Amino acid sequence: MKTSSGFWVAYARNKGAVFGLAIVAVVVLMALFSGVVFPESPWEMVNAPFLPPMSDGALLGTDTLGRDIAAGIAHGARMSLWIGLVSTGVALLIGVSLGAMAGFFGGVVDDAIMRFTELFQTIPNFVLAVVLVAIFTPSSTSIIAAIAIVSWPPLARLARGEFLSLRSREFVQAAITTGQSNLTIIVRQILPNSLSPIIVSASLMVATAILLESSLSFLGLGDPNQMSWGYMVGAARTVIRQAWWMSFFPGLAILLTVLSLNLIGEGLNDALNPKLARKGR
Amino acid sequence: MAGLVPFLAGRMVKAVVILFAIVVLNFLLVHAAPGDPAMVMAGEAGAADAKFVEQLREQFGLNKPLHEQLMTYVGTVAQGDLGFSYRQQRPVWDLIADRLPATLMLTLSAFVVALVGGILLGTLAAINSGKWSDSAITVVALLAYATPIYWVGLMLILLFSVSLGWLPAFGFETVGAGLTGLDRLGDILAHLVLPVFTLGLFYMAVYARMTRASILEVRDMDFVKTARAKGLRESRIVFGHILRNAILPVITVAGVQGGHLIGGSILVETVFAWPGIGRLAFDAVLQRDYQVLLGIFFFSSVMVIVFNILTDLIYTLVDPRIEVAK
Repeated sequence: MKTSSGFWVAYARNKGAVFGLAIVAVVVLMALFSGVVFPESPWEMVNAPFLPPMSDGALLGTDTLGRDIAAGIAHGARMSLWIGLVSTGVALLIGVSLGAMAGFFGGVVDDAIMRFTELFQTIPNFVLAVVLVAIFTPSSTSIIAAIAIVSWPPLARLARGEFLSLRSREFVQAAITTGQSNLTIIVRQILPNSLSPIIVSASLMVATAILLESSLSFLGLGDPNQMSWGYMVGAARTVIRQAWWMSFFPGLAILLTVLSLNLIGEGLNDALNPKLARKGR
Repeated sequence: MAGLVPFLAGRMVKAVVILFAIVVLNFLLVHAAPGDPAMVMAGEAGAADAKFVEQLREQFGLNKPLHEQLMTYVGTVAQGDLGFSYRQQRPVWDLIADRLPATLMLTLSAFVVALVGGILLGTLAAINSGKWSDSAITVVALLAYATPIYWVGLMLILLFSVSLGWLPAFGFETVGAGLTGLDRLGDILAHLVLPVFTLGLFYMAVYARMTRASILEVRDMDFVKTARAKGLRESRIVFGHILRNAILPVITVAGVQGGHLIGGSILVETVFAWPGIGRLAFDAVLQRDYQVLLGIFFFSSVMVIVFNILTDLIYTLVDPRIEVAK
């Protein structure tokens, strides 16, 4: 086992990952304190419409209805992070349990689960997400469910691979001989040993989930009660010729957040899988 | 090519199984949609009196048990009937067929641009590994990977249409220009540039990163050393030996993802007002026209499957060691 200081040294060696962590920290702070800095609802019309950036009382300008764009971005951070984290959590739950069962039990169970996974990998996932959210009406719950449903297959494949290779190892055989139940072996013996690749994939998946949520809300399938970055870009789409700032800043927020999460994922990979990390450089 | 027929047959069987599963999923979604399907249909048709609803229920067999309804549904889809859009008063299949050429034009061009551009950039990065051009390509790929595709489109419109005025921003061709022949073709191509680049950019980044990693893995293998020892020209070694081997995993992934371009085309067609299936999907979302949406869902799944089979065939051309049989 590595010590935690060893982990941080390995992580900090990747400059991009440190940059990513800093940006994500800012986004998290923005999400936590959006209510303090911008106490008014981001839906509130606080100023004249179409104010360009650096105007009085509107640092990043206002949108077509006079809503403050900076306030929208701060409040939108909450939605993006929340959806990203929760949907990744749900996808992990589905993907890792299915993958674990497939890899641990093998045979017919493995076949059945892998066919099921293959089906979900064939379906064009963004189209499925759009259909699901449209049919079950847009809300945080339906968005989280849709993102989780289209995101779990790669996790299932990953977990299956890990379980398959660990299953024949001696410590697992020993656990079987001592009469531990299958559930105990899966959860207490194999899972902790297969965590690092799963953690890396999960951190990348948070980024993908944020992109997916922003795309859905860009199409008007966002949670109607929550301000979100994708919604802001979508609402400003038709006035791009007159008012570039309305779509520029929220889009930049998405770009920076997603980029930072990807960089963190790479840093985690370097720190958790040191053998693989420098491959191909 | 003797193994071609059994190979295709095997893939067809698999495709039919997957399609059946998708049809069942589609059917379940129709029934999961809020409200009773007959009421929804009546609402879409703009009349909701009880008699009409009852008539619809009778007509579509909605009063029969669920498994019988499923069989009927599978039967109609098998005959190429994807349902009827009451909102647009046209069969869903007709709506899709109308929009198909525009979408194929967009997605296929984007795919080719992404694949060719990605492989070239990835190769360039790998042979200059560690130099500034490698870092530049890697950084651009990382950015492209993280940028929402619709935002790329809007920013390109801002730069190339609004500021520079070089390219048209919206639509398929200039409306009312009355162009014919080559002029019209040129006009359509000019309208195609921005959407194709927008849709292709993300995948170009994916393929560039993959190609780079794959080449770095292959370039120190023995057969490359042999080629070098034989005194072959560097370009011959890179393109004839390294790339030919390194490209295989890229093609596999490209094939799996290629069909998914249609998902991205929903966003791109929305941004550029491109009159394709993606735009149809966006309008269907706005109007909550579930029949059209589910039809597009089914159709795009078919496209993914067709695409996967095509890639498998192309794969055998690139790597003759692989038999199509299996």
